[in-house]
Amino acid sequence: MIQAVTALTLSHFRSHRLARLRLDGRPVAIFGPNGAGKTNLLEAVSLLSPGRGLRRATNEELARRPEGQGWKIRAQITAPDGAHEIDTWAEDAGSRQVRIDGKLATQVSLARVTRVLWLVPAMDRLWIEAAEGRRRFLDRITLSFLPGHAEAALSYEKAMRERNRLLKDHVSDTSWYAALESHMAEAGAIVAANRRAALARLLDAQEGAETAFPAATLALHYPEDGPESAEALLRAFAEGRRRDMAAGRTLVGPHRVDLAAIYAAKGMAAELCSTGEQKALLISLILANARALAWDLGSPPILLLDEVAAHLDASRRAALYAEVTALGAQAFMTGTGVELFRELGPAAQAFEVTEAADGSVTEERDLA
Amino acid sequence: MADTPREIEALIEILARLPGLGPRSARRAVLHLLRRRGALMAPLAQAMQIVAETARDCLTCGNIATSDTCAICASPQRATGEICVVEDVADLWAMERAGVFRGRYHVLGGTLSALDAVGPEDLGIPRLLSRVRDEGIKEVILALNATVEGQTTAHYIADALRGTGAAVTTLAQGVPIGGELDYLDDGTISAALRSRRSF
Repeated sequence: MIQAVTALTLSHFRSHRLARLRLDGRPVAIFGPNGAGKTNLLEAVSLLSPGRGLRRATNEELARRPEGQGWKIRAQITAPDGAHEIDTWAEDAGSRQVRIDGKLATQVSLARVTRVLWLVPAMDRLWIEAAEGRRRFLDRITLSFLPGHAEAALSYEKAMRERNRLLKDHVSDTSWYAALESHMAEAGAIVAANRRAALARLLDAQEGAETAFPAATLALHYPEDGPESAEALLRAFAEGRRRDMAAGRTLVGPHRVDLAAIYAAKGMAAELCSTGEQKALLISLILANARALAWDLGSPPILLLDEVAAHLDASRRAALYAEVTALGAQAFMTGTGVELFRELGPAAQAFEVTEAADGSVTEERDLA
Repeated sequence: MADTPREIEALIEILARLPGLGPRSARRAVLHLLRRRGALMAPLAQAMQIVAETARDCLTCGNIATSDTCAICASPQRATGEICVVEDVADLWAMERAGVFRGRYHVLGGTLSALDAVGPEDLGIPRLLSRVRDEGIKEVILALNATVEGQTTAHYIADALRGTGAAVTTLAQGVPIGGELDYLDDGTISAALRSRRSF
């Protein structure tokens, strides 16, 4: 069975008071005017994976206004290992809760049940903006291959926040540093190794793939020294204490990595490419990630491609649809007009989202 | 409940703040006490009064006691040369329920957390070090939770104890008694496999 959402219910989520979608695994085209609530549907699907979703929103932002009384998403999904039911919700000011198959679960455990990748317009400037966005992109990719990555990354972050506080407070207790650093070194080595493994899988999946999208050469860069083994990290943390204390934060470690991409055919760094080329590179990487997962797991991941159709010319758009269909991936795609999706025809399900007085209205339409 | 006397309402409100109780169960408990005023309520009030007046932390180990030294620290039989370090009094009680450990304890009362401003002094770690020296302790057993905070604290204590001559050990991690492998997470299974022993 391929990974797909088969039923999705949104309750008091963003602009949707209540939305119910019955899905059959085909790609999903969502169209409607600006501000109708199309991306909110994609955001709901993104919350079936760990983290804060494709807009990195807080729970309060996710609740429908003016009620502001929490929200809930319920989904039935199919996966290579069978069907699952996921509930995720937040009450008033509480944190996000998760239930998998009726049992309370942690957010990170969602990574073992669903694989979701996304591309949103905010990522158009990914190659130009700060490294943080690229690191997040890299970690999303890594998480899709290695569900345990979330735990290691969280554990590293937690210990590092503690260490940064010691540095800021000018605490000089070496035993305390040593305790945190040994934890950071252990978790950090796992994080670094996971990222390397994911990158290798991605490069494999690009090689020999027949695609209309440009291949990218990827590399990991550190601002200076980039130790990755537990021993090297431990040494670097211990040696860097004085310098880190002056800076008030940890200057070395896997949290400093940056992802660099080169448009392979032109030998040009991604940040120097045209806007359209940069977008094409991102799509290419998402598709490569999806292909690699399809090989690994026997199923491509769920793809969320927000406003993807609008930025592509007709031939690239046709190529994207062809590749998504060939992968057999359930890709949720949004666009303002139905004409953007016409060429998908019966290969996709379509929904129109419109705005009404008491919230967004989502209705299934026929593309043919 | 407009008709309930204010004093009783206040009692319900206080009880509802206890862990495991809510307004509904607190009301039931109070009603139960009211019906058995002589047999239950008066003795309870008296017992609470006594404990409230006498309860304090043991100056040596941090256990809850009714005098400056708790019964465990006062007992010469428990001077085995072993100290078991636990996070909380609840953990000490759990160890005592098992009834296997015959040494003494050190209750941290929390874990190291720079973000919450909990440092080694707050956990009585200097006091633990002087105990290890003064009481001729041969072994310190770290019985801390397997969380990031618990393990960081364990690492810290082990580091601080270096040079005192005391052996530092930690509780084993693995398959619980009566547990089924199928229900264990990957981390527990690999920890259990790593610390396997001959049969």
